[in-house]
Amino acid sequence: MFYREAGQFKTSYEADQALFPVRQDQIGIVAVLAIAFVAVPVFGSEFFITSIMIPFLVFSLAAIGLNILTGYCGQISIGTGAFMGVGAYSCYKMTTFFPDVNIIVLVLTSGFFSAAIGMIFGLPSLRIKGFYLVVTTLAAQFFLEWCFIRIGWLYNYNDSGAIEVPHREAFGLILTGASAPPVVRYLVVLSIVCVLTMLAVNVIRGRIGRSWMMIRDMDIAAELMGVRPLYAKLSAFAFSSYYCGVAGALMVFFWLGAAEVESFDVNHSFLILFMVIVGGLGSIAGSFMGAAFIWILPVVIRGFPGTFGLDVGAATVEHINFMLIGGLIVFFLIVEPAGLARLWSVGRQKLRVWPFPY
Amino acid sequence: MDLLYDILIDPFVQMFAAPDFLLQVLWEGFVAGTLYALLALGFVLIFKASGVFNFAQGIMVVFAALSLVGLHALGVPAYLALVLALAIMGVLAISVERVVLRHLVNQPDIILFMATIGITYFLIGLGEFVFGGEPKSMITEELGLPTGSTDIEIFGGLLIMQHIDIAAAVIAALLVGGLAFFFSVTRIGRALRAVADDHQAALSVGISLNQIWVIVWFAAGIVALATGIMWGARSDVSFALQIIALKALPVLVLGGFTSVPGAIIGGLIIGFGEKLFEIYWGGLIGGGIESWFAFVIALIFLLFRPQGLFGEKIIERI
Repeated sequence: MFYREAGQFKTSYEADQALFPVRQDQIGIVAVLAIAFVAVPVFGSEFFITSIMIPFLVFSLAAIGLNILTGYCGQISIGTGAFMGVGAYSCYKMTTFFPDVNIIVLVLTSGFFSAAIGMIFGLPSLRIKGFYLVVTTLAAQFFLEWCFIRIGWLYNYNDSGAIEVPHREAFGLILTGASAPPVVRYLVVLSIVCVLTMLAVNVIRGRIGRSWMMIRDMDIAAELMGVRPLYAKLSAFAFSSYYCGVAGALMVFFWLGAAEVESFDVNHSFLILFMVIVGGLGSIAGSFMGAAFIWILPVVIRGFPGTFGLDVGAATVEHINFMLIGGLIVFFLIVEPAGLARLWSVGRQKLRVWPFPY
Repeated sequence: MDLLYDILIDPFVQMFAAPDFLLQVLWEGFVAGTLYALLALGFVLIFKASGVFNFAQGIMVVFAALSLVGLHALGVPAYLALVLALAIMGVLAISVERVVLRHLVNQPDIILFMATIGITYFLIGLGEFVFGGEPKSMITEELGLPTGSTDIEIFGGLLIMQHIDIAAAVIAALLVGGLAFFFSVTRIGRALRAVADDHQAALSVGISLNQIWVIVWFAAGIVALATGIMWGARSDVSFALQIIALKALPVLVLGGFTSVPGAIIGGLIIGFGEKLFEIYWGGLIGGGIESWFAFVIALIFLLFRPQGLFGEKIIERI
């Protein structure tokens, strides 16, 4: 009824190629951005911003990174957590060396270190596929974790072995450190995530993104048609790791405030893989939905017994959480392997033709 | 030069200076290798028979061991608990087939793989919910497994062999022999191989996929229980085992995903390599290399021989 594109004529190629060709979508995206940029900072409580919105955005960014690699280029990776760690540690080292440089610039730069490491561990993907690649990414995961523990230089030889985020200011605002206001941190994360998402969408629409998808669908055929697997696969690894690295740096600097190697362990890699699966392989919007689902659901479940006055131990809730997440993954794979993104597009199609069935 | 000496010569000098210690290290490597091989065996079974890369094998090991210990803690006699734990693995096999696999027939491998990750998480939650998260000790003596150790005098030193380790090696050998026989000779074994080759072709000649899947998951459950008992006897039964179980992956890569002997030899290579490297070279780079060394061996190996030592050659067609 209200979601109908009749009468919206496209009179130029630009209009046809636009990111949001339907006017209702344009209004929708503006509304979402308005809520994110204005309503949340103004009305959101501190708990909502620090415990839900910031981690949600950080994990969305990491999920986009993994989605580029797994969803668009078809290379399974369980090394996401470690690549996030590379970003976080390199950002930490850079801000120690150059305390005066704007921290946002450093966060964005730290992704390049992660991208370089990602490309090194992506090299085997030229010869190896599928499950075998899982092994090489696990090698990356465990090797990098070991580096984070054993190489003291990475955390400035702290006794605790953790990296603590120093106090940094820019634009007259306190951006990081213990005294940084949540709203500022939230807005920084949100802006970076928005910009990088736009970049990802456009790269995927372009030549590079299409070469990734050709590799995913059938690599030999893609090779015969002139896609160079070396460039396509390594660029996917580089892009993916860049996003993961930035997400890791954001996670430590704007959310956790301090991090040890546990923040980048293999469980985080799985968590992000789940977000990608539940959200939908090969969908940017799905990455956001998956991150929201996997991150917010446990928060809701944790709050659930309290609201009904049930006395359930925290450990029990954690266990139920695990079972629910596992069950939901299986459920999604059976019912809708394409994830939440597909449900969304099905719903959208239904809206377009409503009240008729098709 | 000093560094080169440390890397290339010094470890060997140490090995020859103390051959008894070297033997001890090799024995430790052998035992670790047997356990890796057992773990990998569970993966190979399911992969061979259903083409599913079963990520949940690690948690199945934990789950089996926990059920055994948990039942015994409730007052069930050890051997009855063993039977009941087997029954639990059987129920698990049936429910995995009913609830998960049946609905995912003919899906791409990656989907099935992810489904097993889902099963893993579910079982972690369930296991902790039912049995609690704290580590438990395995009921070694109650099961009639040998404890204690033998000291053998050799090269002027002592080689200490734990009896439980010897038992583990023997049990592993028996399991492998049994499985090899099962796969190559029996009717069900051949049906399993047919299913692995091609789901649809197997269906068309009258093999029941569902039945085969239950059987193979149950077999993997038995292997998991054996692994759980052996591993639990060496350390504790805890959920940390589930991460260690990931070590089976490099073993599989070395041996080839479809080969039972490959799993054994791969396990031994990883076991030996890891211990030797940790003891003689690990000190140079700060130690604690056990967490990633196996993966890096596998990674290097993959670059030269992607199908593994005994795997079937990968042929690609368009």
